[in-house]
Amino acid sequence: MSPQATDVLVVGAGPAGARAALRAQACGLDVLLVDENHDAGGQVWRPIPPGFARASGSARSPEARDGDALRAELRRAGVRCLFGHKLWNVGTSLRADLIGPEGVVSWQPRALIVATGTTERVVPFPGWTLPGVIGLAAATILLKSQNMLPGHRTVVAGAGPLLLAVATGILKAGGEVAAVLDLASPGDWLRTLPLLASRPDLLWLGLQWQARLRAAGVPVLYRHGIRSVEAAGSGFEVRTQRVDASGQPIADATAPVFAAEAVTVGHGLVPGTDVTRLLRARHRYAVELGGWIADADAEGRTSVAGLYVAGDGAGIAGAAAAGAHGELAALACAHDLGRLDATTHARERDRLKSSWRQSARFGHAMAGLMALRDGAVAGIAPDTVVCRCEDVTRAEIDDAARDGARDMNQLKAWTRCGMGPCQGRSCGDVAGALLALHVGSREAAGCFTGRAPLRPVSLSEVAGEYTYADIPIPKAAPL
Amino acid sequence: MIYDAIVIGGGVMGCSTALHLARGGMHVAVVDRGPLCREASGVNAGTLTLHMTRAALVPYAMRAWQMWMDADKWLGMGVLATHVPGLTLAFTEAECELVELRAAARRAQGAPIEVITPERARQIEPGLHPGLLKAGYCEIDGFASAYLTGRAFGHALKRAGVDVIENAPVEAIDSGDAGHLVRFAGGAREPLRAKRVVLAGGVWIEPMLAWLGIDIPIKVLVNQLIVTERIRPVMRSVLSVANGLLSLKQFANGTVLIGGGWQGEGDRERGGVEARPHNLVGNMRLAAYAVPALAEARIARIWLGLEAETADALPIIGDVPGVANAYVIGSAHSGYTSGPFMGRILAQHILGQTPDLPLFEPARLVGLPMPGA
Repeated sequence: MSPQATDVLVVGAGPAGARAALRAQACGLDVLLVDENHDAGGQVWRPIPPGFARASGSARSPEARDGDALRAELRRAGVRCLFGHKLWNVGTSLRADLIGPEGVVSWQPRALIVATGTTERVVPFPGWTLPGVIGLAAATILLKSQNMLPGHRTVVAGAGPLLLAVATGILKAGGEVAAVLDLASPGDWLRTLPLLASRPDLLWLGLQWQARLRAAGVPVLYRHGIRSVEAAGSGFEVRTQRVDASGQPIADATAPVFAAEAVTVGHGLVPGTDVTRLLRARHRYAVELGGWIADADAEGRTSVAGLYVAGDGAGIAGAAAAGAHGELAALACAHDLGRLDATTHARERDRLKSSWRQSARFGHAMAGLMALRDGAVAGIAPDTVVCRCEDVTRAEIDDAARDGARDMNQLKAWTRCGMGPCQGRSCGDVAGALLALHVGSREAAGCFTGRAPLRPVSLSEVAGEYTYADIPIPKAAPL
Repeated sequence: MIYDAIVIGGGVMGCSTALHLARGGMHVAVVDRGPLCREASGVNAGTLTLHMTRAALVPYAMRAWQMWMDADKWLGMGVLATHVPGLTLAFTEAECELVELRAAARRAQGAPIEVITPERARQIEPGLHPGLLKAGYCEIDGFASAYLTGRAFGHALKRAGVDVIENAPVEAIDSGDAGHLVRFAGGAREPLRAKRVVLAGGVWIEPMLAWLGIDIPIKVLVNQLIVTERIRPVMRSVLSVANGLLSLKQFANGTVLIGGGWQGEGDRERGGVEARPHNLVGNMRLAAYAVPALAEARIARIWLGLEAETADALPIIGDVPGVANAYVIGSAHSGYTSGPFMGRILAQHILGQTPDLPLFEPARLVGLPMPGA
């Protein structure tokens, strides 16, 4: 079946993608907005799943309000959306192959805006793969979309603003927080204050969260991380450890142990580069922006003609900045496709850029708190599983490197690290940091080559209904 | 310092040649523009079958099959080579004829292939499609995990004292009475001297031969490969179809690899560029037709590997015509299967011994036009 045509295809309907689609449509472009979820909002403004309703009497959070407003705006503007569709392949012509309830569909856009957000990073520790140990992002999905607690009593650990958001979310939902373990020090947070001042509303929210934790008597341990999680009775015993500024564990027998039913842990967010790596766009490593990102200009133009990136997937700057970034990419598309004259483009672009800079200041401060800490990687114990799909330990990664694996693809081939169903999204960043310890830098280690499918798809989804006669068998190989 | 031999191209054939030369007493270097075995030798389907081997290569493939099975003995590290039976399937009358014809041709070359009933085929492989009409059956078959090849050869080469020089693209060879000078791209490294050179660059042997002024066309096939997530055991043999356009096996880890040479986009200059969606669909349909339980498996990864083919679709292994002490090796159909043995016989030739089986004279290909070109 030949692909359907559109001017712009936007992948991901979070704040960046949705705003990009709205803006592109306003510029007169024919737009298609695609997301694997059932509605727009992305992770930050996650829609409530079909069949669920907000608990009666519970107040809508600011995020739920923003999400509802965005969804309403998309509907008002009549943006063509394909929700519940998984993008599984992109051709070099930017042809997007999707799988939805109706089967395989392909679209051929003139420009592709990738706004696929981030994946959460977990710096592994013994026990991180136990059921009941989940990411901070996973906890926010439970809390936001279904008002579910990860467990009644939960340890919240890691780095960045999600710590406070999740901990207070748990309290609000009626749960108990055993402790908050933060790799950062109070000083790290204080240093972000001048940047936070650009967003008094969010600063105020942060202070409210802190107050709420204090009122609930939740212990907040700065410069602490998880040493190990072990099953104990029907829950876990969570051993903690002090860490230095680099995240490196400090031997200290007095670090407390907590009992909990669940652990939620995250060490920052990693930009999703699956599509740009698949299309062989140039990438660069920027630890302060989350890791490997497509090398793009301020408007999201990558090294591949017609391919744009927007939002946190282009480098972490936060949800507030993502919208402006999406609009910038849409404007650039409209300009590059000849639908927007240079003067109008320049005027609108400059206005958006200043708004983006304002919001990104806050986001960048948060991204800094969430950046991967060298010492945390160096401190991973040898027998700790790094690639959970394939059970590859740190020791096996170190062995492969000593055996001569010099880049991520070789590491993958020799250890199967990154070959499982997560396709390297969970382990790739930390494995890259471990390999970099041997080869000198993240740039030298590189990243996994992007491969289709962008998400696992079943043979039956791709193959569809057929008989033997429908298989276009090529002519026989030579005998 | 002058090497006895420099092998350019660190795939299976180059590595095996280098290893056997070193074990024959030569001082050898292997040079590759990337890491060892990261092109065809590391990304192919790992099929160790006679069902897809060109009939003339069956005696070579059978010897190589044994070398793969014994890899931990002569390489010191295995590639998870696994001995299972192989079946080639026929679902139409025309395919039944093809199976008979091809089995007979390979049998004539020594492959123990017989044609069996669907009932017997299902005793060997219970998950087969009920529409099966006939099958070719060969007890000698199996598979390896090709992605481990570079690690295994890297070990063996270093232990044999071979200098392994990776990520070092060569741009020219100056050949004269004093031997060869191997020059690196952009002068990034000091040139290396050798008494002999071996060109073992897979699809890139065409431009490599051009360094020496030899024009032999080499066709580039861009093979698509598909691997599933780990799934419950659904098959225990290596499967192919009558015309050779399917290879299917389930590894011990539960993943199922689907190949067979369905073509993607790409070329010698750019490598594998992208899969062709209709060829993915075709390959997946054929796989899920052969073993219906595969329909629910999820695809984890799709990639491309380049395969080389000469004008007569037989290998090019032997002396570079008109250039003293220069050799070439490559373009064996199902080259991964036969590769270790091909390297061994070229090394025997270079060392002045009689090869276990005859080489494939490169001179025959000079001026031979590529069919369809």
